[in-house]
Amino acid sequence: MYTPHTAKDREEMLKTIGASSFEELVKQVPSKFLWPKFKLPLQSLDESQAAAVMAGLAGKNCRPLNFVGAGAYERYTPAAVKAITSRTEFLTAYTPYQPEASQGTLQAIYEFQSTVCALYGMDCANASMYDGASSFAEAVRAAVRVTGRKKIVYSAGVNPQYMDTLKTYFAHSPEYSYVKVPMKDGVMDRDALPALLEGAACLAVQTPNFLGLIEDMSGVADLAKAAGALLVAASDPVSLGILATPGEYGADFAVGEGQSLGLPLAYGGPYLGLFSCKKEHVRQMPGRICGLTKDKDGKRGFVLTLQAREQHIRRDKAASNICSNEALCALAATVYSALYGPEGLKELAEANAGAAAFAAERLGTIKGCSLKFKGPFFNEFVLAVPGSAGALREKVLAMKGVDIGLPLVPLYPELGETLLVCATETKTEADILKLADAIKEAL
Amino acid sequence: MICAVTDNKLSIEKSDPGRRGLHAKNPLRAKANVPANLRRKAAPRLPELSEFDVVRHFTRLSRLNFSVDTHFYPLGSCTMKYNPRFNEEAAALEGFSGLHPLAHDVCAQGTLELIHDLSARLVELCGLDAITLQPAAGAHSEFTGLLLAKAYFENKGEARTEIVVPDSAHGTNPATASMMGFTTVNIASKPDGRLDVAELKKHIGPKTAVLMLTVPNTLGIFESNIEEICRVVHEAGALVYMDGANLNALIGMVKPGDLGIDMMHLNFHKTFSTPHGGGGPGAGAIVCRAHLAPFLPVPTVKKEGGKFASDFGDGKSIGKVKAFFGNTGVLVKAYAYMLAHSADELGDIARYSIINANYIRALLKDLYPSYSSEYCMHECVLTPGKDMLDKGLKTLDVAKGLIDRGFHAPTIYFPLIVHEAIMIEPTETESKETLDEFAAAMKDVHDSGVADPQSLKDAPVTLPVKRLDEVQAARQPNLRW
Amino acid sequence: MSKPEELKYTKTHEYIHPGAETIVGISDHAQHEMGDVVFVELPRVGQKLEKEKPCAVVESVKSAFDIYSPVSGEVTAVNDAVTGEPALLNQSPLENGWLFKLKPSNPAEADALMDWAAYQEFVKQAAH
Repeated sequence: MYTPHTAKDREEMLKTIGASSFEELVKQVPSKFLWPKFKLPLQSLDESQAAAVMAGLAGKNCRPLNFVGAGAYERYTPAAVKAITSRTEFLTAYTPYQPEASQGTLQAIYEFQSTVCALYGMDCANASMYDGASSFAEAVRAAVRVTGRKKIVYSAGVNPQYMDTLKTYFAHSPEYSYVKVPMKDGVMDRDALPALLEGAACLAVQTPNFLGLIEDMSGVADLAKAAGALLVAASDPVSLGILATPGEYGADFAVGEGQSLGLPLAYGGPYLGLFSCKKEHVRQMPGRICGLTKDKDGKRGFVLTLQAREQHIRRDKAASNICSNEALCALAATVYSALYGPEGLKELAEANAGAAAFAAERLGTIKGCSLKFKGPFFNEFVLAVPGSAGALREKVLAMKGVDIGLPLVPLYPELGETLLVCATETKTEADILKLADAIKEAL
Repeated sequence: MICAVTDNKLSIEKSDPGRRGLHAKNPLRAKANVPANLRRKAAPRLPELSEFDVVRHFTRLSRLNFSVDTHFYPLGSCTMKYNPRFNEEAAALEGFSGLHPLAHDVCAQGTLELIHDLSARLVELCGLDAITLQPAAGAHSEFTGLLLAKAYFENKGEARTEIVVPDSAHGTNPATASMMGFTTVNIASKPDGRLDVAELKKHIGPKTAVLMLTVPNTLGIFESNIEEICRVVHEAGALVYMDGANLNALIGMVKPGDLGIDMMHLNFHKTFSTPHGGGGPGAGAIVCRAHLAPFLPVPTVKKEGGKFASDFGDGKSIGKVKAFFGNTGVLVKAYAYMLAHSADELGDIARYSIINANYIRALLKDLYPSYSSEYCMHECVLTPGKDMLDKGLKTLDVAKGLIDRGFHAPTIYFPLIVHEAIMIEPTETESKETLDEFAAAMKDVHDSGVADPQSLKDAPVTLPVKRLDEVQAARQPNLRW
Repeated sequence: MSKPEELKYTKTHEYIHPGAETIVGISDHAQHEMGDVVFVELPRVGQKLEKEKPCAVVESVKSAFDIYSPVSGEVTAVNDAVTGEPALLNQSPLENGWLFKLKPSNPAEADALMDWAAYQEFVKQAAH
């Protein structure tokens, strides 16, 4: 209960209002609707009781040694990030509608946009979307608006959950067609591109792709351009500590899942949709955008800008219906990136790639197991296993408390019995040896 | 506000090459298997700062903000209530925050149980039959709701293309409709702000898919004809969607399902006290009747033999609206909030939000006339009085004058149907004393504005920046360093 | 320079300078009501416009206005200067701030539009 009113307050307030009772205030509600019976607990819990309930529930989730990634990555959240995001001036503010009273949030958003541009090598970024999947879907929608075309070509390595979300965003309308670029050795078959791209709105590619492999993007933008299509690239932001950026290889839109920048896994959210583009598409960006300007004394300040694109003004003509961003998550990602800086992010990316390389080397030599693909990968890889991957996962989990990876059969049946194994910088040599031993024993 | 106002540098302008905050030391010494041609050529242009530099920089920024904890924040339609600290602590428990979204169900029993119980409580609270907690926000919920409607009509073999929306609606309603390929039909409200049933009858027919209605509406007025409205819509074979942004006015007092609606959305960051975070993250839900339940996004959570499991339905689902389950971290906070309230105590939220709004309306009635002559529900829509308007003072000036006096401004210029609207939602968690102080500040704004209009046109003067040049910002966008 | 008297006006505040190459813009009254224009989106050259259908967008900081084609026809030229410098719409709506030119498909449509006197009266009426 968080209402401060005493009986005396209530009486005085009703008197000032000029109402004899509360019931008089709600006379506009037909009385038969008022105060129904609710089958809800008759007693609330006090804080210590509620704390015990919450701790009990949290305790029912087990914490295995985790090697599952697949679009959400286990990261360490630095103490300084937690300290800044728990400052209630950030936590309990709202969208900066009154810029003079919200300069902290606004400058943080401006620095977030700058951080996204720096990581992805792009010209401009928005204040964030719900998650990587919604950023991806909005980028493809933007490409459809720009080109006026409705054919969407995508690489088989795009996160299948992103494609599901995209199709939902287009409301499963038959007007849109989806054409998959087949895989060759775990990456996009480039030879297939020219024929497939004809009449396409965009080519949507993810790199590192869902299977962890790094796509060679050189020349791909030219192929898209030759067909009059735009290039939409999805990338894990930490991988860009070392990998070629969407800006460098000529993407029109670049998106990603910002959870990777130090946000907790939290069973799927809140996450952070990163969304960036080339300058010429700036007005195609959905959602909030912060801009730098001056106040009437000429002093630097920040405002939400390009607002006339948005739902509260354009209503049915808006680019998107999104109104919020994930400001607090964006703040966390900005602080995280500032703490690591360019060198630290490079180290972080190297540590991920190194841990995965070490794990691949260990697991690839287990009898009956092998690496499915030979190409360079970032922080996850596909491991072929003998027998059912799903059963192996359950067995090792039960026996050793190790979650060895995501079985790919439901998503990529053509790959056979395989696991997508991920190792981030949170994994030590001992952890990886434990993983290898656990699989060996279970087989 | 105590801050070094001279320091308004960006983090990148404080950067000093070679300085570092955190390191990522690779204990494995294993070599990354990434050839040079796949590597980035230039390092990202990010600041190089010590940890202390970073902490001081962002702590300073935090102090430039108004927030619920530091200032009364009566932003209408946003429900800026107190965000209990306990909710934050609960969500931060490692068991919840460390759980991978693709974790095996056996590892996620606690979270699944929480989702299952939260779902059951919310369905009962709304008087409806089924729920999805997957949407990430209110607008995302609207989108999910209209997808359900689309799937529902497709399944019945009906082609319905129109969404009917009153002109007082939130902008997200028509924006969502258009995003989905529906045509929006706007209908004018009656002078008292209510939906005009005669107009509704004219615009509703075999092409209508959904009526989207905010209850109480954006003027803080309850749609007293709601039963008739729902009957008219249902007779045309269409569905009623209730925008639940204003549920704070009804929670624990009215079951929206009893009103006859087919579905509604919830905003956890409004009604259920989860913090707004400077504009997110929020979380949403769609609660619906049984006839829409088969189409809900997957997965939902089911209980089988004492265990909780993800349920992928029977193939009629609209699919996923988000990559993973939902904004679970926010749902944990909402659940903690539900534990703190009995059924009766939930009703007190509605009770005191309504009393508080009417109290402000009464205190200000002589200076800022109310758009509606009736009592309001949880928020009131006022306008500057004639004496202010005659001096050329506008709602924007009132807003800026208020922030100079230590109060966040109400929502302004919304709803669009009210000229110079000032929309005040105090919420139930504010005390009488705070409301008295706010009314005094509003009176001071009025008095000093009428006496010296220019002084109010110049406001704010006490904040780190004065009024900002939004024209320059939009004409020559500077969006990054 | 077009004089206001030489133009014809719509109820949605566009003007045309009639002719084989008809010039379309917004009235001085309209630019004044919109406030500072920050962005202009114009149709493409060659695009076929229909009378009274939206064909361009003018944005101020907090509003967006659809521009409706006063007559039907094919766009022959667009004013790139206003997309680069939207302030021209405020400074010189009738001269440098014109929006586009079109070749009317039914020149008689222009006759139905208001002349300067009628438009002034229309604006006066609307204010009440």
